[in-house]
Amino acid sequence: MGFEAITFYIFSAILVGSAILVVSLRNPVFCALALVLAFFTSAGIWILLEAEFLALTLILVYVGAVMVLFLFVVMMLDINLAVLREGFARYLPFGLAVAIILVAQLALIVGPEQFGLEAMPAPPSHPEGYSNTKEIGAVLYTVYLYPFEIAAVILVVAIVAAIALTLRRRKKKQTMGPEDQVKVRRNDRVRLVKMAAANKDE
Amino acid sequence: MIESIESALSFLPDGLVTLIIVIGKILALVLPLMGAVAYLTLAERKVIGYMQVRIGPNRVGPRGLLQPIADAVKLMFKETIFPANANRFLFISAPVLTLAPSLAAWAVVPMNDSLVISNIDASLLYILAMTSLGVYGVIIAGWASNSKYAFLGALRSAAQIVSYEIAMGFALVGVLVAAGSLNLGEIVDAQRGSLGILNWYLIPLLPLFLVYFISGVAETNRAPFDVAEGESEIVAGFHVEYSSMTFSVFFLAEYANMILIALLTSIMFLGGWLSPLNGILPSSLLAGEGFVAGLLGDGIHWLLIKTSFFLFLFLWFRATFPRYRYDQIMRLGWKVFIPITIVWLLVAAALVVGKVGPWFN
Repeated sequence: MGFEAITFYIFSAILVGSAILVVSLRNPVFCALALVLAFFTSAGIWILLEAEFLALTLILVYVGAVMVLFLFVVMMLDINLAVLREGFARYLPFGLAVAIILVAQLALIVGPEQFGLEAMPAPPSHPEGYSNTKEIGAVLYTVYLYPFEIAAVILVVAIVAAIALTLRRRKKKQTMGPEDQVKVRRNDRVRLVKMAAANKDE
Repeated sequence: MIESIESALSFLPDGLVTLIIVIGKILALVLPLMGAVAYLTLAERKVIGYMQVRIGPNRVGPRGLLQPIADAVKLMFKETIFPANANRFLFISAPVLTLAPSLAAWAVVPMNDSLVISNIDASLLYILAMTSLGVYGVIIAGWASNSKYAFLGALRSAAQIVSYEIAMGFALVGVLVAAGSLNLGEIVDAQRGSLGILNWYLIPLLPLFLVYFISGVAETNRAPFDVAEGESEIVAGFHVEYSSMTFSVFFLAEYANMILIALLTSIMFLGGWLSPLNGILPSSLLAGEGFVAGLLGDGIHWLLIKTSFFLFLFLWFRATFPRYRYDQIMRLGWKVFIPITIVWLLVAAALVVGKVGPWFN
């Protein structure tokens, strides 16, 4: 067994283990952290496949941004753990049934007939100086330009919709716009008055 | 030099030799880095001291030069206190999760043409990915401390880092477009030219340079963006419950990140180890062997000088600016920096396509 195989098995074991922890741990904060570990290890496996751009983007986008926001939300939830523990036995049969169906479906699709070693041999390793970032960029902006742009538009629409749904305008807003603050000159706020000295007794 | 070590160790199995050399390289980087961190704390106290017409630490050793060592010894022998209802496992792992990514990012940082631990193709992306992991230490520390101040600090920091990472990433995309490579060594080489300073990306990418450096200050939670610590509002923010070595590990990570940001800024925008005297002095003085050529020509010392300048800026900012208000930080990140970077990305692309000299021809 070569170095690559050993690395692959270690990473796979950690990946499967952390994925199981994601669904089995009670505390949602620990679940989110286990998911972080799962993302990180799958990035490691992608690097073994010489897909360094995708692997680093996975870390950058999912671990560095998406999961941070997840944790942000999960940590602020006020969850009663005792209530969460109660339902486990009751929902177990249903959960198991769903899991078994899912695994069966997956096995049918990505089974050995379609994705076996004969159908999908390991890709030839690339020569030194090969940059898969360049390759992805070239394909993304030529062959797949329309799907890429349409996906981008859909995401923008989703962002705008999410903001439009949650934006509340308060009637009595007390904050000041920074541009107004910058424009303020001394004469708008302060008026210096010259007065003759007054007598105390008057 | 590495070949001679390899031949001296040739009696050992191949894998072991590689391992020893890799560990040796890591030590050769981390030990000076930790020394730099220690003396950066002293520099910070001295510089800010002089700026505020004080003397700064001057009791330990000549002119206070041994102060960092005294601090380290003190922190090592203090007791580590665990808050009563803190989650002990996460409480301990938070400082580790802060330090590990900030050191891991250094693996691909080149010091000159050949001095780099791992010369990978996508090193810029790798650094961005590693520095984006640092936020976990802060969040976990805030949550595991089971303290309101710490938690507030963690939430502030999470929102801030996620916001500024976007501007930072876009600034890096500008550099990537200009240099046509994700490799830091090639980015420096792309700034080489007969005009010296004028060839650096500082000039064509000036807005991106400003955005990158300011975002870097925000990413490292330094003043004026230090709302995560906010001594005057939430005591010390995310590390309020930490003591002794657990506390100092947070500090090590923060200063290592500062040095990294300063170094990356000089590599990407100020020509890294390229000498600023190129194009001013005759090239016969700069190239070749000898002490004068080594001093005036390209070399690691220029990189260190540029880095020190940016580190001084970090300290200068801290002594100068009041802390940003939280909504102003968010406004600056989202409404100012991100539009600037997107616009300048188009400008940079146009410059590259139009082969505008002296940078892109």
